Amino acid sequence: MRPRFEVIVVLKDGLLDPQGKAVQEALPTLGWTNVSDVKVGKSIFLTVETESLVDAEAQIAEMATRFLSNPVIERFWVRQLADEDAT
Amino acid sequence: MSSPRIAVVTFPGSLDDRDALRAVSLMGGEPVSVWHQDADLQGADAVILPGGFSYGDYLRTGAIARFAPVMDAVREFAGSGRPVLGICNGFQILCEAGLLPGALIRNRGLSFVCRWINVRIETGTRGFVAGEVLQLPIKHGEGQFVAAPDVLAGIEARAQVALRYCSPDGAVEDRFNPNGATNAIAGLWNEGRNVLGLMPHPEHAVDPDLGPTGGHAVFQWLFAASHWAIGASR
Repeated sequence: MRPRFEVIVVLKDGLLDPQGKAVQEALPTLGWTNVSDVKVGKSIFLTVETESLVDAEAQIAEMATRFLSNPVIERFWVRQLADEDAT
Repeated sequence: MSSPRIAVVTFPGSLDDRDALRAVSLMGGEPVSVWHQDADLQGADAVILPGGFSYGDYLRTGAIARFAPVMDAVREFAGSGRPVLGICNGFQILCEAGLLPGALIRNRGLSFVCRWINVRIETGTRGFVAGEVLQLPIKHGEGQFVAAPDVLAGIEARAQVALRYCSPDGAVEDRFNPNGATNAIAGLWNEGRNVLGLMPHPEHAVDPDLGPTGGHAVFQWLFAASHWAIGASR
């Protein structure tokens, strides 16, 4: 099977997110004054060739911990995408 | 004493490797260029990971460089107590590789900063004198040092802070902190004090014809630590 996943990585709470801050400060200038807590993160989309979904999930957790995110400054979560062609 | 052999690692996207090689020569060392795909350090007595934007800073600064083949050799080299100096991107790589604690994130204020600053030596070793103020250039977008509260407490308790941003006369105040680094940390030792990472660029501050020479102290430490390592291994 070839399940496709999205790994979402954002800065931990309490760390300055300069991109989120810049976006948040720009929104009111465009008229949207009711938006707060803006964070900008990144999404990594990937397909895993695997025998089982459990194996794939364990592998992704390890990849996300060791490489795709830096646990010192970031947290991540993973979601499986319904369609193997989805981005 | 013979001049120490100092390896400078070039990653794809390294920018300051040439300046680092030249600085080693100017300071009386023997520079050795090492490619990121090399598995050995050519008998070097010390290693420099230079500044730049290795692998385009993709994913995170230093995140991909840390998996370069040469890094296994660097890790083993550092583990044996021999000196490793990471400058700017080199500092970021050392943090990603787990050879130094914490991480470096986007500067407070979002801007890339490129100017001369002052740093105070907090914890000295081998000719690197605590209390001395060095004038050095910085040029980085992601130099804000951060660490989890317990990690930071450990860093301070073990006196691993090598350098803090300060005024020209050594006062550590927020207005002299160019990037918002936690506790004004500009440079860090590992626990063994043989690995030093710093955001400022000592390799750009060694030639008196070109400006201040705050970089001398850093290279003097590197050379002294090299000689010590040579002595200890024989």
